[in-house]
Amino acid sequence: MQSGLARGVPVSYWFRNDNRLPQGRLSVASYVIIGMIALLLLGFWKLQVIDSDKYALMAERNRVRSIPIIAPRGRLLDRDGRVLVDNYPSFSVLLLRDDPGQVEKSLPQIAEGLNVPLSDLREQWDAARGLPKFQPIVIKPEATKADVAFIESHRTDVPYLEMLMVHRRRYLPGGFMAHVSGYVGEVSEKQIEASDGRLRPGDIAGKTGLERQYNDLLMGTDGMRRVIVNSIGKEVGRLSQQEAVPGKQIQLTIDYDLQQVAEQALQGRKGAIVAMDPRTGEVLAMVSRPAPDPNDFAIRVSKEEWKRLNEDPDRALLNRAIQAQLAPGSVFKIVMATAMLETKAVPENFSVFCPGYATFYGRMFKCHIFGKGGHGVVDFHKAIVQSCDIFFYNLGMRMGIDKISYYAMKLGLGHRTGIDLPSEEPGLVPSEEWVQRVFHRKWYAGETISVSIGQGALTSTPLQLARMIGGVAMGGVFKQPHLVKDARNVGEERFAIADATVEKVTQGMYGVVNEGGTAAGARLQGIELCGKSGSAQVIGYNTRDKVGRQARFKDNAWFVGYAPRRDPEIVVSVLIEEGEHGGAVGGPVARDIIKAYYDKKAKKTQGQYTVDYKRYDLGDGSPAAGAAKPPVDRLAVTHTKEAKAPQQPGGANRPAARKPAEPAVSVAPLPAADIENPH
Amino acid sequence: MKDAPGSREYDWWLLTLVLAICTIGVAEIYSATHASHLAGMHTKQMWWLGLGLVCLFVVSRIDYHLILDQAPVFYLIGLAALVAVLAVGHTRFGAKRWIPVLGQFLQVSELVKLIIIIQLARFFSEVRSDQLSLGDLLKAGMLVGVPLGLILLQPDLGTALVLVPMLVVGAFLAGLQWKHAAAIALIGILLLPVGWHVLKPYQKERITSFLRPEEDPKGSGYQLLQSKIAVGSGGFWGKGFGNGSQNQLGFVPVRYSDFILAAWAEEQGFKGVLLALGLYMALLLRLVQNAQRAKDRAGMFLVMGVAAALGFHVLVNVAMVIGYMPVTGIPLPLMSYGGSATLFVFLAMGLVMNVRLRRFVN
Repeated sequence: MQSGLARGVPVSYWFRNDNRLPQGRLSVASYVIIGMIALLLLGFWKLQVIDSDKYALMAERNRVRSIPIIAPRGRLLDRDGRVLVDNYPSFSVLLLRDDPGQVEKSLPQIAEGLNVPLSDLREQWDAARGLPKFQPIVIKPEATKADVAFIESHRTDVPYLEMLMVHRRRYLPGGFMAHVSGYVGEVSEKQIEASDGRLRPGDIAGKTGLERQYNDLLMGTDGMRRVIVNSIGKEVGRLSQQEAVPGKQIQLTIDYDLQQVAEQALQGRKGAIVAMDPRTGEVLAMVSRPAPDPNDFAIRVSKEEWKRLNEDPDRALLNRAIQAQLAPGSVFKIVMATAMLETKAVPENFSVFCPGYATFYGRMFKCHIFGKGGHGVVDFHKAIVQSCDIFFYNLGMRMGIDKISYYAMKLGLGHRTGIDLPSEEPGLVPSEEWVQRVFHRKWYAGETISVSIGQGALTSTPLQLARMIGGVAMGGVFKQPHLVKDARNVGEERFAIADATVEKVTQGMYGVVNEGGTAAGARLQGIELCGKSGSAQVIGYNTRDKVGRQARFKDNAWFVGYAPRRDPEIVVSVLIEEGEHGGAVGGPVARDIIKAYYDKKAKKTQGQYTVDYKRYDLGDGSPAAGAAKPPVDRLAVTHTKEAKAPQQPGGANRPAARKPAEPAVSVAPLPAADIENPH
Repeated sequence: MKDAPGSREYDWWLLTLVLAICTIGVAEIYSATHASHLAGMHTKQMWWLGLGLVCLFVVSRIDYHLILDQAPVFYLIGLAALVAVLAVGHTRFGAKRWIPVLGQFLQVSELVKLIIIIQLARFFSEVRSDQLSLGDLLKAGMLVGVPLGLILLQPDLGTALVLVPMLVVGAFLAGLQWKHAAAIALIGILLLPVGWHVLKPYQKERITSFLRPEEDPKGSGYQLLQSKIAVGSGGFWGKGFGNGSQNQLGFVPVRYSDFILAAWAEEQGFKGVLLALGLYMALLLRLVQNAQRAKDRAGMFLVMGVAAALGFHVLVNVAMVIGYMPVTGIPLPLMSYGGSATLFVFLAMGLVMNVRLRRFVN
């Protein structure tokens, strides 16, 4: 005790000797320590033992991220295997939704960084509310370099963005075959509901045309990549990968060469062309103009663009080949002629004198030749060749509307053909029953006169007329038109027509082209090109006189040509709106296509393939597909819902011409011609 | 007086506990950083531990009475250093806490903690009565209040808070009267709203996000949540050394320092936590035992000051790791990576050894 002092250290001497230790309070400190540690351990027990599963799940969600692998859509090939619709790789921006609260806060920043309207982004975000959290949504297709830079540089503060490789659709430019292929787009809510969970928001699916019709086949199944990410969202490892199953490619009946000729023929015009093989129902070419460029839809259509297309007075979105319901005009005379010989309502040698007009019920009906004299004495053959209206007025008067509408329906008008495209229109064959039901009035006899020359309430589509003319020339076999090659269960309707009738009618159609008829300009050396022209009024002569001549009231030009005269290989229906003269304007178009068909046939020895099939073999399991035969699935022709109609008694369906190796997939029946109920 | 006690007198148990905890710490620092750009941190930490051991030995050799003699001098130096930090200190992580010493950045407030322990021991041991008078209590409060204020200005709420339990434990052992304790508690509660306004925005944010973590999942609330996820997902047995996904992928915030126990808990599970907290409890109890066997009140106050500081560190850090307390930036002593903090603990242990070595000396 003294030592400190002795050393002279200035020390407060008393604290050295004070050994009163508060043992009681020190013991309290021990208990506090034990209590504290026990409490902390309880906390750990709760986290690590009681709630461990919950946190294990959260930890898993922290580190595991699911990124979809988009399956490429199946390609569309032409009948020779040439690629008509393809895919190309592109990047989409994905928004991961694992952490909704945070993402919602970051939406403005994301909108600004990716240069998309915030309102659009919010809309998409809200639309995805019902989805499972792990499912990301596409917020921007076709990412730019700036977008990529934004995502990479904001990995820390906006870790919910991810790049996704997608396959985008590439269509031939200029709206080539646009209405047949249709286009793809983001699925609508309606489509999602109708898909039974197959489609999810943000999915790309067919919207129109074949893309929609065969969407389930074309789409494939998306895969999923589960990856490990670190705290800044960087991928550091891969857990599992479920590969995408690519969509099936589909080979079409379309012949690229014919399609090309048809597309060029309608360049700058309004109208439609359908070329088909009446023996099989295969559609070789189908064009409707004007046409949108489906590539514009492949990414995302702006609202303005969509509005413009929908309000387009030329209605570019309309597939005129199957949706234009227009008066067939004189093409309908083939129905009349066939009905005349089959019903024997008038004798075969029935003839009229055509001074250029005729008067019925005190009203004057003009012939198309009115003002340039008349056709003089007109018999059956001349009536078709010269398309004399007076002959058919008289014929119609004598047959009556019942027989006319019965034959029109039986020959394929007034109901859908059943082509494998969505939204086909049925056209209209008027009848007494129809006016009664729709207008609640009696049929006027004068209406029969208009219908006799394909006017009045009568309407049809270009496809219907092609099938009708082809079917008559086939002797009453009406094949279901279809676009998928080697289809099974192609439907057909048979309506027996006497051979003598077919002979006479086709002789008439031969005369139209080859005997100085209304389509003499369509004549082809060495080919039995036959056909029937039509110049259908859009409004009545009287109305036209009142409003004056305007482009939109010009006659629609029709020509349906085929070759050869009996059992034709190809029939081409041409509609040129406001074309005025069916034979002169439509005839050469049909001629060019038929010529192209025969030119190709003459040169073609083997399939002129431009792609190597083996490379695109999707491995569908079909046995030993030969090199010449592309290994695409043989598809059944399908119908959209509205095309389903009650089957005709007696059964219009026949077994498929080719016996399929696999069990046949049942096809919706060809829409039946229901005379009593045309709608 | 025997001036050089033999090595037999050292508290080998205490040293063993300290080194065991350090071993766990170094192992987990290695596990948490070896696969990242921070690799090699555990070696640095071992250098600090070595330096710490040297400091411990040196401090234990100097009679603590001599140290207590100089307490006022240390105290004034401490205050001067705090003022210096505010004036010329190096700003790191948004706060002025560092002054360059020997080419390294030394956190002055760590040293100040030690000085306060010494100063308080000196002050309380000079109190002659068994009951602490209000006057002495206020004086003690002043002694702590001034440096505490200076530290708050840095601002460093965490370190400032550590000073409080030193005062509380010291006062309690010096014979704090219940009525005084009650009165201070009451005043403290009443002053709480005032204190709220004094807090810096980031401190307020830490507290609000602690109370409502879902509102700020990316800020300190996010840190707490991630810490809980790491701890909870570890389960009872843990994911294994180097296998904690939350730890290895960087989801655990500052996994080598403040949240090292979360990393440990994820990889070693509840059994590992049991070991770690068991070691801490043993260490703290051993400190109390040393206090009970101290030769005099001064030694007892020194040891209990160290125990208070260490216990508080453990409590606040561990409670934060399991989400029971907001993020305060208080490291886990001996386990967390950090030079200044490690040195502080070893110097403090040196003081404890010092007291221990002289318990039989008269």
